[in-house]
Amino acid sequence: MSALTDVDVPTRLLPKLTDANRAFWTGGANGELLVQRCEACDRWQLPPVDSCPVCGGAVALSPVSGLGAVFTYTTNYHQFHPDIPPPNLIAIVTLDEQDDLRLMTNLVGCTEDDIASGSAVRVQFEDHGEIFYPVFELIGQGQ
Amino acid sequence: MTDTPCKGAIVSGLGISQIGRRTGISHLDNTLHSAREAIADAGLTPADIEGVTTMGDTPVSAAAAALGIEPVYRGGGFSTGGLLSPVMSAAKAVVEGRARHVLVYRTVQMMGGEFVPGAGGDGDAPDEGKGNLLDVMADIEEVLAANALSAVNWLAMHCRRHMEIYGTTKEQLGWLAINSRRNAALNPRAVYRDPITMQDYLGARPVSSPLGLFDCDVPVDGSIAVVVSAPDYAPDCPKPAVRVEAVGGSSGAGGWFHRPDYPNMASVDAAAEMWSRTDLTPSDLDIAELYDGFTYLTFAWLEALGICGDGEAGPYVEGATRIALDGELPLNTYGGQLSAGRMHGYWVLHEACVQLRGEAGDRQVKDNPEVAVVSNGGGPIAGCLLLTR
Repeated sequence: MSALTDVDVPTRLLPKLTDANRAFWTGGANGELLVQRCEACDRWQLPPVDSCPVCGGAVALSPVSGLGAVFTYTTNYHQFHPDIPPPNLIAIVTLDEQDDLRLMTNLVGCTEDDIASGSAVRVQFEDHGEIFYPVFELIGQGQ
Repeated sequence: MTDTPCKGAIVSGLGISQIGRRTGISHLDNTLHSAREAIADAGLTPADIEGVTTMGDTPVSAAAAALGIEPVYRGGGFSTGGLLSPVMSAAKAVVEGRARHVLVYRTVQMMGGEFVPGAGGDGDAPDEGKGNLLDVMADIEEVLAANALSAVNWLAMHCRRHMEIYGTTKEQLGWLAINSRRNAALNPRAVYRDPITMQDYLGARPVSSPLGLFDCDVPVDGSIAVVVSAPDYAPDCPKPAVRVEAVGGSSGAGGWFHRPDYPNMASVDAAAEMWSRTDLTPSDLDIAELYDGFTYLTFAWLEALGICGDGEAGPYVEGATRIALDGELPLNTYGGQLSAGRMHGYWVLHEACVQLRGEAGDRQVKDNPEVAVVSNGGGPIAGCLLLTR
């Protein structure tokens, strides 16, 4: 995993940091995508929560591999915000650690013609100051 | 059968303002128009109205003051039905005897306006005791951070997944847009009434792939109102009473994209709850008025309601014959939000009642339809109503 340095960092509507979500949004400063995992049932959990939504157990943070697969995607063509120009390739990525561990993100360095559901991707981070936003790049060839 | 909280309530009155693009008419004027029409249509005067409830623009206090109503009931009681929660709350209130006649309105403004998803309207408290599941909007921060700033982006991804799992095609979505435009041509209030072809549909500018302009509904100004009355008002109701048979809603667990059964949505939960409260089945339906904020949402509702099987919505609507006014199950007979205008789930309700009354004029479904389903919502927001004549 590495920080993005060779692309412009786009404007984003970033979240307010809380005790529950801080590690997820800032871990990229150390090159880590930190995800909660239940200490009782071992399930990984996104989005960040106060306790495991399945068993109620306590959650602790662990770094994940940053590898995943495209679950679904869309290219947005309409300008909904004055500082966020289209097009942008939005995707839901399933992280390799668990088959329902999903996050919404942007795919960088490719267009939707290059990808399909199942395409293998790897995290990179955009430096927004305190927040390091996780985006994903294509690895290998899309189907 | 589980509890049946709204069963037997009737829709006694209907009102609708001018619907249009940038009409210049204020939201309060539109509200007063639809409200007065609905109250008169129910054979009532403002003095008879004991409750007022809404969601979104024009607060109850402003509407009630202008109408000269002092409502004792101002909403609450059913908070899981999305945009239809105020209707369901009103139905529950009249069945429980907390009010005899309740005015429910929904006023929308094309530019601006307010809408808080899941807020439940005036006086509606959030559901309690639903456990520790992910909330209806638990993942919204993540969604916005990904620059997925519009529902069209979120639902485009559901649609893409459906296409990849089931082979659903863009053309199949297009039949919904074509069907709606064909019905809108017969509805003088509809905003867009000129026919469109498949070529028009496929050639429209892309908005969020695979969805294009004709997959999106039409923002408008307008107001729709209904009067919901106690069951025993039916004999005195000047118009044929439309009866609430069952309602369904959803807690929205899983948010926008964390449901295990994605691309299924809260509509699956709402439909299951509704059918659990009635002996009727999907084969009893004569008309379907289903939410179409985006074409794909109607596919989701067709499948959620069991009108067709999972993944079969595309083939079901293909050719737009089965869903035509003279088809097996006429769909969005007023033109839908896609062509008539985005009244946020209230035109589907209004139209179902108009059709069940037999008042739909040129677009009236033949053979006296008796059972209609109304639905609204997408993603973690969903509500549906089963209505009978």
